[in-house]
Amino acid sequence: MVDAAARISPLDGRLFQDEGILVEPAVPAVRLALRAPSAARAALSKALGIDLSQRPKASAVHGARAALWLGPDEWLVIDEEGGDLMAACGTVTAFHSAVDVSHRNTALLVSGRRAADVLSAGCPQDLSRGAFPVGAASRTVFGKVEIVLWRTGEEAFRVECWRSFSDYVFMLFEAAARDA
Amino acid sequence: MQQPFRLADVGRLGAAAPVNFTFDGKPFTGLTGDTLASALLANGVHLVGRSFKYHRPRGIVSAGAEEPNALVGIHRDAARKTPNVRATVQEVHAGLEAVSQNRWPSLAFDVGALNDAASPFFSAGFYYKTFMWPKAAWERLYEPFIRRAAGLGVAPDQPDPDVYANRFAHCDVLVIGAGAAGLAAALAAADTGARVILADEQAETGGALRFETGAAIDGRPGWDWAKAVTADLAARDNVRLLTRTTGFGYYAQNIVGLVERLTDHLAKPAPEQPRERLWQVRAKRVVLATGAIERHMVFAGNDRPGIMLASAARTYLNHFGVAVGRNVAVYTADDSAWLAALDLKRAGVGIAAIVDARSEIRGAHVEEARRLGIECLEGHAVTATAGRLRVSSIQVRPLAGGAGRVIPCDALITSSGWTPAVHLFSQSRGKLAFEAETQRFLPGTSAQDVDCVGACGGSIDLAQTIEQALEAGTRADGAQGRRATIVKDVRGEVWSGGMLGTAETGTGVKAFVDFQNDVTAKDIRQAVREGMRSIEHVKRFTTTGMATDQGKTSNMHGLAIAAEMLGKPIPEVGLTTFRAPYTPVTFGALAGHSRGALFEPVRRTPIHSWAQEKGAAFEDVGQWKRAWYFPEAGEDMHAAVARECRTVRESAGIFDASTLGKIEVVGPDAARFMELMYTNPWAKLGVGRCRYGVMLREDGFIYDDGVVGRIAEDRFHVTTTTGGAPRVLNHMEDYLQTEFPDLRVFLTSTSEQWAVIAVQGPRSRDIIAPLVDGIDLSDAAMPHMSVREGTVCGVPARLFRMSFTGERGFEINVPADYGRTVWEAVWAEGEKRGACAYGTETMHVLRAEKGFIIVGQETDGTVTPQDAGLIWAIGKNKADFVGMRGLRRADLVAPGRKQLVGLRTKDPNTVLDEGAQIVADPHQAVPMTMLGHVTSSYWSENCGHSIALALVAGGHDRMGETLYVPMPGGAIAVEVASTVFFDEKGERANG
Amino acid sequence: MLLIHCPYCQEDRPELEFRHAGEAHIARPADMAALSDEDFERFFFIRSNPKGVVFERWRHMHGCARFFNAARDTVSDRFLKTYKAGEPKPDLGGEGR
Ligand SMILES: [Zn+2]
Repeated sequence: MVDAAARISPLDGRLFQDEGILVEPAVPAVRLALRAPSAARAALSKALGIDLSQRPKASAVHGARAALWLGPDEWLVIDEEGGDLMAACGTVTAFHSAVDVSHRNTALLVSGRRAADVLSAGCPQDLSRGAFPVGAASRTVFGKVEIVLWRTGEEAFRVECWRSFSDYVFMLFEAAARDA
Repeated sequence: MQQPFRLADVGRLGAAAPVNFTFDGKPFTGLTGDTLASALLANGVHLVGRSFKYHRPRGIVSAGAEEPNALVGIHRDAARKTPNVRATVQEVHAGLEAVSQNRWPSLAFDVGALNDAASPFFSAGFYYKTFMWPKAAWERLYEPFIRRAAGLGVAPDQPDPDVYANRFAHCDVLVIGAGAAGLAAALAAADTGARVILADEQAETGGALRFETGAAIDGRPGWDWAKAVTADLAARDNVRLLTRTTGFGYYAQNIVGLVERLTDHLAKPAPEQPRERLWQVRAKRVVLATGAIERHMVFAGNDRPGIMLASAARTYLNHFGVAVGRNVAVYTADDSAWLAALDLKRAGVGIAAIVDARSEIRGAHVEEARRLGIECLEGHAVTATAGRLRVSSIQVRPLAGGAGRVIPCDALITSSGWTPAVHLFSQSRGKLAFEAETQRFLPGTSAQDVDCVGACGGSIDLAQTIEQALEAGTRADGAQGRRATIVKDVRGEVWSGGMLGTAETGTGVKAFVDFQNDVTAKDIRQAVREGMRSIEHVKRFTTTGMATDQGKTSNMHGLAIAAEMLGKPIPEVGLTTFRAPYTPVTFGALAGHSRGALFEPVRRTPIHSWAQEKGAAFEDVGQWKRAWYFPEAGEDMHAAVARECRTVRESAGIFDASTLGKIEVVGPDAARFMELMYTNPWAKLGVGRCRYGVMLREDGFIYDDGVVGRIAEDRFHVTTTTGGAPRVLNHMEDYLQTEFPDLRVFLTSTSEQWAVIAVQGPRSRDIIAPLVDGIDLSDAAMPHMSVREGTVCGVPARLFRMSFTGERGFEINVPADYGRTVWEAVWAEGEKRGACAYGTETMHVLRAEKGFIIVGQETDGTVTPQDAGLIWAIGKNKADFVGMRGLRRADLVAPGRKQLVGLRTKDPNTVLDEGAQIVADPHQAVPMTMLGHVTSSYWSENCGHSIALALVAGGHDRMGETLYVPMPGGAIAVEVASTVFFDEKGERANG
Repeated sequence: MLLIHCPYCQEDRPELEFRHAGEAHIARPADMAALSDEDFERFFFIRSNPKGVVFERWRHMHGCARFFNAARDTVSDRFLKTYKAGEPKPDLGGEGR
């Protein structure tokens, strides 16, 4: 039997630290790719206990749970404490699509004074606090791969990517961080 | 004596530390802050290279990035050998090793200089004319000769060991150039609170204030003002100040490429410190403060070492404290050279004479020159020069006619005026306007949000320049135009004059226009005589302006000479297009981080590490690494694959199928959407059942395929080919969003959510049974082509009963983070039952034995389902699906189409080459009529003979026919056969 | 690198996040089965490819993932307008010529 603690994240054991920058894997999380027309938004927000914002690039956080706006009918819902997101959505009858992508994605936490600069080695978006404030979230690119970027603090970002791209993403962070 | 031409108490390097470096192996000493050029000049060295075509001795022309002549190699170590570095840009550092280029055996004595004597042979248009000569002569005679004779530096022969960085940046105002104009613009922009980036290609800000000692701003000498403003800007949070940074390209919507040189000036860069950083800056507004470039005078023998631009001599004097000679002659048509002469004279340097091509010269500078006792010759031209490796005298003649005389000198400084550096403005698609009075192209209509200030915008007055710059800087996005920045008491130097082309027309002489490409005034005249009418033609015919300096000092001369010959005004002859990069950019800077391991993402499955530990060989499939085969001790690939193939059919095999694309199709209209996307019918597919689906493009050709399971009424689990995953999802999203937006369906990629463990073979059920909970695995409860949800090893799983081998088979989908753990459990059960792990090669062989196609191998974008023998997969009663109408196109139903068949070689041991062509008669004349080609070919251990699949014209009607595969060793006879080579009735998958 | 205004994200985003998707306003005929050869040719193969203003599809592939439409001048490479999929061709006024 395999228990849930046996999750082997692709970045287990990886860590990069240098002056003004820390790159580390996030703890394994439950994730939902949630798609819904606006008619189902209120019911889903209620079922998940978190506001599914309609504002582009917005995010909402409630405890260990977060919902990131990715598109006009798309959210990435993340629960770091193992909450059963599929079951929560299962109570909603209005048309929507909830797909478990807990293992599709993995996440890196990038923090420190130089975090935004290091991200700017591969991300073409304006990551200044004016254009990408704390709480902003967006699908975008980092080098040659797609990521979901979420600014969780003035100097802290969460970077979600598909698991097989995480090695590339981690190595690009290492390379970019060497550029003082 | 050390640095004999370094003057005491002159320049700004003063007490800087000495630096030892070598040039062509000879040791020299310079000062910290020197460029290689200034340090060499301090040591009296002018001769630094040989020219491209004629191998003529060449010296230092300029003091900046426009340098056409002084290109050297810089050798840091065995791998770091950079050719064609401008000595005027390279800073000296301890241990710097510079070598001259394009000379053999030595710089002072060069065999290639024979080209100079043979120069009529190399006249304008030489290359074009030579191409028309007999081809054989070109290959054997001319090209090798030219290759030996002409050229620049030598490319490094080892991979570049340096790393390069990349940075995307965003700002309100980007200022290019940090001379007086750029500094003032940046200051004004910064004062509005805007985000400012200020970039300058030099090591220090200041621009022309380096040499313009007559300038004063805010009651201080210009240079001091520049240093104070720079310190102010550097301390501000909203300003990023980048020195040693060239704005090289101006692209759409105010994206400007900058390259920042980080280590070339350092003696010992830190390990892994990037050598250069590419900045891709998006600016709301751009302020170009790129200055102007001085032009040389065009006259016979104007390329000897010791002949340089007046502003360069002035820079070497006023900034670096270096005299370019002891007895310096001046030849000019612009006042600016007079100011250089006066500075030199005051510093104690002898001025042999000031020769001015203009007939009437007056002004304070003239009076001052006369007062200092300098001989001033107006209306005169320099008509020749002498000196083998360094100018030793000039011949001067009145332009109105009369006797000439020879004036000895050890340097000659020249100026024919200034060309505004409009390169970036032009790259921004701004229109240039010709100002006839001053014979300058100036920025005209802007195409983007850009301002040109100072000399690049045509200003010749410092007060006006500062005013323009403050105005432009204040125009920052969002600012209300309130100008807070005050700069007062601006006093600048005022120059006038200038000319284009030659003052005096000699024949048979080398009056160089373009030093780097060795193009003379005579070459340009010849081009016009031979029929070139536009400057674009003249450029290509003579190669003027086509060297690495892109003719920064020479283009206007070339244009003027052509215009004069054509008897047309300059704008009618045209201006060649300015193209990025402004100065050469390394490939490293453009590649950035995308090298080595970061060249492309390498994708690995959750089970990859297990395969690696087992010694698997891997193959690249797109970005994926897939286990190819698992050799046991002593096995080669053939033996390993044969064993794996046998084992799967005898017992079982375990295969990592995680890379397959997966898409979750969810919603009440999911089945309707599937009906539209695939040829097959889906409405009646029961929950828990699977079907092989074929996806077409609208034109009727096969686009993808895969097994689809119905998880619930409103939920399908779709699989795609490994390589097709992203495009299939894009294709489906396209139709859903733009053609069928009313369907209540959403699509989600789950490719990486699931690790997929295929267990195939007669014993597959026995292997997985102990691990599966909540699913009845009996044939009755779970027949071939069904799917169940349950748990495997206690982990939530989707279990498919399906087969790509023709055997009874299962595919276990478990959440990816559990993939390796579950795989190991399956492996343990498999080992007990004689199963093996198998790779992609065995997978390919087994499916070919069954005639299952692989999209992209059996298909190439022109194959229909009928061609591939998949007509059974097309729903007969469907009203619509993508590709349905396309399939009825005349060409797609015409007889004689290439169709998929099996091939059996007459000799069972012969394995055909994939891609080999197929013909009916191997004795026909070449080119033969080709009937098709082999798409897949393997040795089949299970069949005991080779097998192949092929696309053959009219193939379905050729069963039993003998065809031939012509190969270098002779034609191979093959028999057209069924695509199914093994278990033709297809019973084993159910058994 | 262009800067493209995504009508769904409601902001300008870098071109690297987008993918071009061919000419816009070519609706897939509702009754495909009845389409004549000529109509199929027009629908599938023929594209206008003008010099000047084009109406084209883009996908904010690495952003909101929505397809949308744009009017772009192929001479100046300027976007005149972007708008959501399904919306009619916009009136470009003078800019559209
Ligand atoms: Zn968007």
